[in-house]
Amino acid sequence: MPATDHTLDQILDLAATHFKVPREKLSADDDFFKTLGIDSLQALDLLTRLEHHFSIELPDYELQGVSDFRTLANRIQARL
Amino acid sequence: MNDFKGQTLSWQVVNGAIELALHRDPCNEIGSLTLDELENFAAALPGLANEAHALIVHSTLKAGFSAGADLRELFQRGQGMEKGAALRGVREFLERIHSVMNALDAAPLTTIAAVHGVTFGGGFELALVCDIIIADRMARFCFPELRLGLIPGFGGIPRLKRDLGNAVVRDLLLTGRSFNVMKAQQIGLVSQIAAEGEALRVARATASQVGKFDRRTAAAAKEFVKPIPYEELKREIDIFCDLYSRPAVEEGLRKFVENEGVQPYLP
Repeated sequence: MPATDHTLDQILDLAATHFKVPREKLSADDDFFKTLGIDSLQALDLLTRLEHHFSIELPDYELQGVSDFRTLANRIQARL
Repeated sequence: MNDFKGQTLSWQVVNGAIELALHRDPCNEIGSLTLDELENFAAALPGLANEAHALIVHSTLKAGFSAGADLRELFQRGQGMEKGAALRGVREFLERIHSVMNALDAAPLTTIAAVHGVTFGGGFELALVCDIIIADRMARFCFPELRLGLIPGFGGIPRLKRDLGNAVVRDLLLTGRSFNVMKAQQIGLVSQIAAEGEALRVARATASQVGKFDRRTAAAAKEFVKPIPYEELKREIDIFCDLYSRPAVEEGLRKFVENEGVQPYLP
């Protein structure tokens, strides 16, 4: 499995668990604001959880305009 | 007044520690009403300090410690009012809140901010007046003011400069990025990290520890290591007011206030 796919899987697992959404309902190109039903504050919460999970620092300006899991995975992968 | 329950905050003395709880929905935005009640607290503090050795500031709201200044009120303050009068109102607000922040900063007891979630702008500045910051694992800090064409106005820059290295201050201020507790502890801002939902408990344990020491010695040590940067704080108000009077700031505030999208807190 390519590294980004593995990262994407971990993001989807974490999002499904924390926001209590069935994992099978989440896919890479979903708009996570819509699929998870979250606002900007909850997006920051997700960002913080992802930073802890991957032990990285991901400045929030890198998420400007990002709303799908695949692009989010690419941004995280670039910091691993 | 040992106990107080207001509309935006409350306080009580518990086991020798004053617990100041913020509870204004949605995330403790600091506007006129909060300022009024913070002034009441600052006025009560000398009396409370006779019965307590520590102060813990925390939030009872799930969203976080505080999202900072009430930007809707700041925007509306400038509407339908002559520019000079609006600016005088802003300056008066800043001078009043600086007075409260300075009183908390210099309080002759050990002060602890127990923060979680969003700790942004003016909320971050409120945490910065405390001697010790204890942060929940999910806390997030940010100075987003430059996004609006402003600088932090509640004393943030002088206090950050006092407490942290200048390079760190420039990074946080000039990028306007938010950062988590690991970064906050790494740069020396946060002294202890608590598990989710445990910051207040950890703060209470710390307050209990500091209560073991002689009050006068602790106050002398604090005064020695924590000077109040009065001149820079005054300069901060001047710079804020210079910047506030520009049309670009009104537009930035309008954009924030009228933004109904899902990302107003993202840069």
